[in-house]
Amino acid sequence: MNFSYTILIPLIPFVVFLILGLNHKRIKPAVSGYIGVFGLMASAFLSYFTAYKYFFTVPKIDGIYQQITHKTVWMNFTDTLHIDMGVLIDPISIMMLIVVTTISLLVHIYSRGYMKGDPGYTKFFAFLGLFTFSMLGLVLATNLFQIYIFWELVGVSSFLLIGYYYTKPSAIIAAKKAFIVTRFADLFFLIGIITIGFYTGTFDFETLNDPTGEVITNWASTSFMGLSVLTWALILIFIGGAGKSAMFPLHIWLPDAMEGPTPVSALIHAATMVVAGVYLVARLFPMYYFIEDGFALNIVAYVGGFSSLFAAIIAITQKDIKRVLAFSTMSQIGYMMMALGVSGYDGHEGVGYMASMFHLFTHSMFKALLFLGAGSVIHAVHSNMMGDMGNLKKYMPITNITFLIAAFAIAGVPPFAGFWSKDEILVAAFEYSKPLYAVGLIVAGLTAFYMFRLYFSIFHGKKTAYKHTPHEAPASMTFPLLFLAVMSVVAGFIPFSNFVTANKEPFEAHLNYPLAAIAVATGLIGIILAYVFYKNPTEYPAKCRKAFGSFYKWAYAKFYMDELYFFVTRKIIFNCVSQPIAWFDKNVIDAFMEGIGSGTLKASEKTKKMQSGYFQDYAMAFVGGVVVISIVLIYIFKN
Amino acid sequence: MDILSLFVVVPVITILALFLAKGLKQSRIVAMAGSLVQLAMAFHLVYAYVKERAINDDIMVFMRDVVWYEDFNIHYAIGVDGISVALITLTAIVVLAGVFISWMMEDLPKEFFVSLIVLATGVYGFFISIDLFTMFVFYEIAVIPMYLLIGIWGTGPKEHAAMKLTLMLMGASAVLLVGILGIYLNSNADGGPLTFNILEIAQVNIPFAAQQLFFPLTFIGFAVLGALFPFHTWSPDGHASAPTAVSMLHAGVLMKLGGYGVFRVAMFLLPEGAMDWSWFFIILSATGVIYGALGAVRQTDLKYINAYSSVSHLGMVLFALLMLNKTAWTGAILQSLSHGFMTALFFALIGMIYGRTKTRDIYKLGGLLKVIPFISVVYVIAGMASLGLPGFSGFTAEMNIFVGAFQHTDMFHRVATIVSISAIVVTAVYILRVIGLMLMGPVKSEFKDLPKVRWYEVTGILLLLIPITALGVAPLWISDLIMESIKPFIQGVIQ
Repeated sequence: MNFSYTILIPLIPFVVFLILGLNHKRIKPAVSGYIGVFGLMASAFLSYFTAYKYFFTVPKIDGIYQQITHKTVWMNFTDTLHIDMGVLIDPISIMMLIVVTTISLLVHIYSRGYMKGDPGYTKFFAFLGLFTFSMLGLVLATNLFQIYIFWELVGVSSFLLIGYYYTKPSAIIAAKKAFIVTRFADLFFLIGIITIGFYTGTFDFETLNDPTGEVITNWASTSFMGLSVLTWALILIFIGGAGKSAMFPLHIWLPDAMEGPTPVSALIHAATMVVAGVYLVARLFPMYYFIEDGFALNIVAYVGGFSSLFAAIIAITQKDIKRVLAFSTMSQIGYMMMALGVSGYDGHEGVGYMASMFHLFTHSMFKALLFLGAGSVIHAVHSNMMGDMGNLKKYMPITNITFLIAAFAIAGVPPFAGFWSKDEILVAAFEYSKPLYAVGLIVAGLTAFYMFRLYFSIFHGKKTAYKHTPHEAPASMTFPLLFLAVMSVVAGFIPFSNFVTANKEPFEAHLNYPLAAIAVATGLIGIILAYVFYKNPTEYPAKCRKAFGSFYKWAYAKFYMDELYFFVTRKIIFNCVSQPIAWFDKNVIDAFMEGIGSGTLKASEKTKKMQSGYFQDYAMAFVGGVVVISIVLIYIFKN
Repeated sequence: MDILSLFVVVPVITILALFLAKGLKQSRIVAMAGSLVQLAMAFHLVYAYVKERAINDDIMVFMRDVVWYEDFNIHYAIGVDGISVALITLTAIVVLAGVFISWMMEDLPKEFFVSLIVLATGVYGFFISIDLFTMFVFYEIAVIPMYLLIGIWGTGPKEHAAMKLTLMLMGASAVLLVGILGIYLNSNADGGPLTFNILEIAQVNIPFAAQQLFFPLTFIGFAVLGALFPFHTWSPDGHASAPTAVSMLHAGVLMKLGGYGVFRVAMFLLPEGAMDWSWFFIILSATGVIYGALGAVRQTDLKYINAYSSVSHLGMVLFALLMLNKTAWTGAILQSLSHGFMTALFFALIGMIYGRTKTRDIYKLGGLLKVIPFISVVYVIAGMASLGLPGFSGFTAEMNIFVGAFQHTDMFHRVATIVSISAIVVTAVYILRVIGLMLMGPVKSEFKDLPKVRWYEVTGILLLLIPITALGVAPLWISDLIMESIKPFIQGVIQ
């Protein structure tokens, strides 16, 4: 089966980027919007076609979906080790293609309304094209190095888009922070990749991931500090993934990344780029699972579980609607990581893997919807703060209803999409470890609560007096909302286990009724609590804040993680390392070099005077010398 | 006339023509014409080399040998391989870009361009020589004009900077000369005549004691020019005072002589010395990589930032050379090329910004993206290339270096490698700091109206930007070309 045309899927957005980027002064805004939208339509169409072709026309061998690759050598390192560029078609890459192109297309359409009148309109679409290209390249990567290359490129597109309002100091700081934090994580990623390359002799996913192949069966051949080097490499790679996916403690950039325009937050920081870490672990899943009995995978599970709880707690306290959504994203990605971490490999044991990918899919739909809805609200009210909103259901009916659907979806209320994927995650966690299941359940309750807190505060609650009467967004913005709302309902009914599984062999997934009932009940409790607290202005929230006291303050301050990092980077690295180095360079090394020069000069200056040519001077020196020598001699021979 | 000698003859003709030229307008046209011819020749050389390589598998091709001074067996011996061809092309591009950037050089234009071309002559001569003595002579020809170029056309405390730079490089030359003579005096193990010819010396087994003694001298002698820590302090001061085109040429090309010399002379002729001493210089160069990067974080002058960045990036070249394997060496050469284009581009941009705003202090600048978008956007691109973003030359070079360095399994090499790799994070910090402070942010009132970018500036920029992208997007051809040429050189150091 020939899938080499899929290279066009990333290339079309890249061409759009080049066209718009090189001519951004000449192209009229209206035209550039269309170029972007049509480019993405072509990519999206190709992705859907590929999905159809792959799942329904390519025959499975022994009931297993095949992996199809087309690649070419990009650079040689040694005779055997090289970086390839190419496309890898398998169930998860196709799923990601659909997610990325769909969300990107909707965001393109939405941005035509949202960014209207912005002076950098064309530039914005160019950046969106660049991002989409990089993300699609990442998804299709055939080897670790290719994924790293596009990994860096999505990082830089994210930097450009967060810093889109580049005259605003907070946006600049946020963009820098996002880039540097993820780059720090990428350092580990890179070392992990190079380690794998060195010890296995390949970067290629197909060779690495073969459960019966040499790499996986020989994992114990080299060890370092009690663990297989490959386990270390996988941990390092996970750190890279954790940086991009905002896992604790590398999450600090994500809330600040909300400085970017809202469509960007929806595309990059909710639906696509931030799940790259999850995709990375899923891509290497056989390695994670088989090497050292899943030691590295355990770490993934616990980091994911902890991050999801940590973020959910913070999300309850935040007042900026985009920050609430950001922490919610972090929490949900933690969920996906946890699901991967608790997954097995064969058949129904691999339900965690399937659930993780399923949740990635449904989450991208309803989270993008939440962000775009929030964008629509921000567009109408010109503020991000919950305090400036309230009772918007009167003014923005479409936004209201779609936001509500998304909130139900994320809260895990049946039959909305989030219910199905979340349920599978909880099933997988339940089978693996009860504490993780408990975390999952608590997070489910917290999620329902903070999401409906958000919903009620924006669309119900106090009757705010608006300076300008808010009005519903234009059609270009409401269409994506409606589309995603539909997806947030129907996506749950996709029989995911028929398509995406750990060992690529379809299995039947069943609803686990008792567990589902508990999860739904937890969610409903959260929703009811939020209803009581926030449907109409009440005293409860203030009372609660008081009851929690300093814990609330800590959570509101995001547990002071930013301050901690700030202390380490600014106080320790800048002041205690960089500053002394600058000083050392100037006052020790350079001074020494200068000293040689000026020392020579001074020495010659001094010796010059000695040869004055005056007889008296020489006589003086002579007499002085005789006196000194005599004294020394007398002193020596005294006894 | 053979194809290689033309690279020395054409600049000499250009210089003679420059003496006839009058005023800025004529001088710059002559300089541009000369450099254009040079660039065309470089491209032709690449073409001819690839064709020749297919049928000729000598270490060096296009060789020519003329006796110069018989008593000491000094020859004018020339020849090239893939590495010198690549570096010659780099030189031709940077020189031409430098001429475009100095299009408005009002002060003594004729003398300025003469010095510039003299410098280029030295560099070309150095890259084609395979006789140690000839090489050394060209090396000095390239270094001396620097004193005049900085001392006369520089800014700030230029006399001091010029003096410092020249003295430190001269000091290094003295050490180098001892090293070269040491090699020369040991070049007749079998009792034949002494020789300066690199290829002939390579056949001889220089005694281990001599290798051990002369390797550090040769290495340091060359590496000072490659900003080896702790002998790098001439570079920030020198660059800060130098006029734009000189900084470009100096950082872009001249500093490459260091790494190239280490590779061609120290490593090739004294492989056992290299293996014996590598641990010591690995410590110095890895320190230089991280030290330069951390040093750049705290600087406020654009040129100082870039100079420290060069210390870091060139430290990477030396580090890679000391890894003594094919992959790392390919990385070293790629990094030389990449850094050459990148840093020349940086200095060009800094010159344009300084010419417009009259300051290089990043805290005084701000919001330039709005005012001079073209220059600013290219600055961002150059910054991204410098921090090793895939798609630009720095990435391909660094990856070769890291993968190569990782071939050593002992703890010492591992630690040194990880220290060097960690510089990529620090690099991101100082690059983004400049971008954030200087290019982004609100427009400052004093910089509201800055002159737009001119055609000659655009030409200079594009000349440098295109190779950076080309090397980054499609590195296969060039990296294979270099790797092929490295094979004969690696033999000596394979244990």
